Amino acid sequence: MEKKDIIQSFKDSLFTGLIALALFGPIVGLRTVSKGEGLFITPQWGVVFLLVGLCILGRFLININSARRTEFKIFSTLSSKFSSVTEDKAKHFAITGILFAVVFPFLPFTDRYFMDVAIMILTYIMLGWGLNIVVGLAGLLDLGYVAFYAVGAYSYALIATTFGWSFWICLPLAGVFAAFFGILLGFPVLRLRGDYLAIVTLGFGEIIRIILINWYEVTNGPDGITGIPRPSFFGLPFKRSPDEGETSFHLFFNLEYSTMHRIIFLYYLILVLALITNYFTLKIRKLPVGRAWEALREDEIACKSLGVNPTNTKLTAFAIGAMFGGFAGSFFATRQAFISPESFTFIESAIIVAIVVLGGMGSQTGVVLASIFLIGITEMFRDLEQYRMIAFGGAMVLIMVFKPKGILANRKPTILMHGDKK
Amino acid sequence: MEYFIQQLVNGITLGSIYGLIAIGYTMVYGIIGMINFAHGDIFMIGAFVALISFIIFGLTGVALPIILLLVLLIAMLFTACYGWTVEKLAYKPLRGSFRLAPLISALGMSIVLQNYVQVSQGARVKPMQPLFSGGLEFFKNSEFIVTVSYLQIFIVVLTIILMGIFTYLITKTDLGRAQRACEQDRTMTALLGINVDRTISITFIIGSSLASVAGMMFVLYYGVIDFYIGFLAGIKAFTAAVLGGIGSLPGAMLGGLLIGLIETFWAGYVSLEYKDVAAFSVLIIVLIFFPTGFLGKPDIEKV
Repeated sequence: MEKKDIIQSFKDSLFTGLIALALFGPIVGLRTVSKGEGLFITPQWGVVFLLVGLCILGRFLININSARRTEFKIFSTLSSKFSSVTEDKAKHFAITGILFAVVFPFLPFTDRYFMDVAIMILTYIMLGWGLNIVVGLAGLLDLGYVAFYAVGAYSYALIATTFGWSFWICLPLAGVFAAFFGILLGFPVLRLRGDYLAIVTLGFGEIIRIILINWYEVTNGPDGITGIPRPSFFGLPFKRSPDEGETSFHLFFNLEYSTMHRIIFLYYLILVLALITNYFTLKIRKLPVGRAWEALREDEIACKSLGVNPTNTKLTAFAIGAMFGGFAGSFFATRQAFISPESFTFIESAIIVAIVVLGGMGSQTGVVLASIFLIGITEMFRDLEQYRMIAFGGAMVLIMVFKPKGILANRKPTILMHGDKK
Repeated sequence: MEYFIQQLVNGITLGSIYGLIAIGYTMVYGIIGMINFAHGDIFMIGAFVALISFIIFGLTGVALPIILLLVLLIAMLFTACYGWTVEKLAYKPLRGSFRLAPLISALGMSIVLQNYVQVSQGARVKPMQPLFSGGLEFFKNSEFIVTVSYLQIFIVVLTIILMGIFTYLITKTDLGRAQRACEQDRTMTALLGINVDRTISITFIIGSSLASVAGMMFVLYYGVIDFYIGFLAGIKAFTAAVLGGIGSLPGAMLGGLLIGLIETFWAGYVSLEYKDVAAFSVLIIVLIFFPTGFLGKPDIEKV
C-alpha cells in the first residue's frame, strides 16, 4: 500500500470522527437530568471520546482492508456456502430440527430458563410462519400483524374467563375471531399498493391497541385481564393440590409434583401448533389458492388477465394468516395467564416482520433460523437490558445490508409446469 | 363558534408541525421510492437537540429571539448529520435491492435510534419551562375567549417562511432541478452528469433539518418530550404525506394541515382518547376513495 493511500484513508477516518462527534456530542455528551423543578445537564465527555475514537479506528481499519480488496469476502463466502448447504439438505435439516425440538425438554442441560426461551422462540416461529403466508407467499407487507395476535389473545381471555370453556374450545374460536378481523380489515384495504398497505395495516394495529386501552368495560383497559385459566392436560389440571373431585396430572400418572410438567406441556403445545401451521402452509402452497398467491406476488397484472380475482385471493391469505396469529395469541394468553395492551405494541409486529424478511421471504426454514438468531441475540443481551433493542435493530440493518434477500432466499415457485427446471 | 375558531387555530399550529415532518417523507419517497421509517425518530432527535440547546442557552441569559435563532440553526445542523449518516449506513448499500429491504432496514434504524436516545438520555419524560408566554385574545365579550398565543403565531410564521425558502430551493435552483430530475429518472440524470448520490444525500439533509425544526416547535409547544414521540408523530406525518399525495410537496403541507385539524377537532368535539384512531381511520378512508391522495399524480401501472 502506498503512502498516499494511507494519508487518504487517515483523512477519511478523521472526517468520520468529526461526523461521529456531531452525532454523539449533543445526544450522548450532554445528558439531561431532571432535578427538582427543572432540567439540568450532566456532561459525559468520556463516553463521547470513546465512541468517536472507536468510529475513527473502525473506519481506518475498513479503509485499509478495502484497499487490499478483501472486504467482507470471508463473510459473503461463508454465508453463501451456508445457504447452499441448507438448501440442499432442507429436508434433513427439517427432520433433524423437529427431532431435536421433540427431545429438547429431556436433554440434561435443559432447565427452566432454556424452556422459557424455547417456548418464546417457538411462539415467534409460529407467528413468523403465520405471517409468512401473508408476506412471503402472497407478497403483502403487513405491519400490523400484532393486531390479530392481540385479537386472538383477548378473545381467548374473554371467552375463557366469562364462560369458563376449556382451552380446546376457546382456541378455534379465537382463531375464527382473528380471521374475521382479518377479513374486516382486508376487505377495504387490499386493493392498495404495497407500501400503502404496509402503513394502513400499521395504522390498524395501532387502532386495535388504542381500543384495547380505552374500552374499559370490556378489555379492562391498561390493567389488562388477569386470571386467565391455565391449560389442562385433556382435563387433568397441573396443580399441586387439585380441587375436590379432580385428579391432577401428577397424581394421575403417579409422578412427583413439579412445575416443569406444565412448562413441558406448554412447550409441546406450541410445538404442535407451530408444526400444524407449517404443515398447513406447505400443503396449501400446492393447492390452486396457494399457487394463486405466489403468482400474485410475482405479477399482479398477469394474474388479473388470467382471471384470478386479486382481492379475494389476497383476502384468503390475509384471513388465514390472521387465523394463525389468533391461535398464537390464545397460546400466549393461556401461557401468561395475564394479558394487557402492553404486550401488543408495534415493536412486536416489527419483530415478526423482521423474522419473515430476514429469514428470506417464503422460506419456512429461514423463519426458524431468523427467530433463533433474533430472539437469541436479544436473550444474549438480557443482562444489558437497555442495549438489547439497539443490538436487535442493528442486527436488522446489518443483515439487510449484507444479505438483502434474507438468510435463505427462496422465491422459487413451489410448483413449475414442466417439472423442476435445472 | 368561538370554540370552533379556537380549535381551528390549534389545529393549524399542530398541522404546521406535521406538515414539516411530512415533507421529509414525501421527498424521500419521491426520490428513492422508499418509506423512510426512521424519519419520525430523526424528528425526535431534533427535539432532543433543541431541548439540550435551550437548556444551555437558557443559562446564558441571551435575548429570546437570538436564542431561538441559534437553537434553530444548531438543531438543523446536528439533526442533518443524523439524516445523512442514516442514509449512508442503512439505505445507500440497499439501493437497487428488492422493495422491502430498505423498509426493513429503516425499521431497524428506527429501533436503534429510539433505544439509543433512551440509553443516552434516559427513559423519563423531559419537561421544559415555557419560554413564550402570553398571546392575543379575541372575542373578549363572549363567553369563550379565543386565545392565539405568541408561540402559535411563531410556529405558523416560521413554517410559512421555511416553506417559502424550501419552495424556492426546489423550483428555482440547480439543486432543486437536480432533485426533480432524480425523481423522474435516476439513470438518465446520472448520464447527464449530475451526482445522484450527492443529490440523494442532500434530500436527506433537507428533510432532516425540516424535521428538526418541527422537533423544536414540538418542544416549545408541548413542553414535554421523551424518546418515544417520534413513533406517533412519524406515523401521523406519513399519513399526512399520503393524504396529500405522496411525492407532492404542496400535498405534504396540505395533508399535514388536514391531519392537524382532524385530530384537534376530533379531540375537541368527539373524544380525546380516540384522537389517534381518527387520524388512522381518515387515512384508510382516503386511500380507498383517493388512492393517490389529494394532490398526487395517478400511478400508471406498466406491464
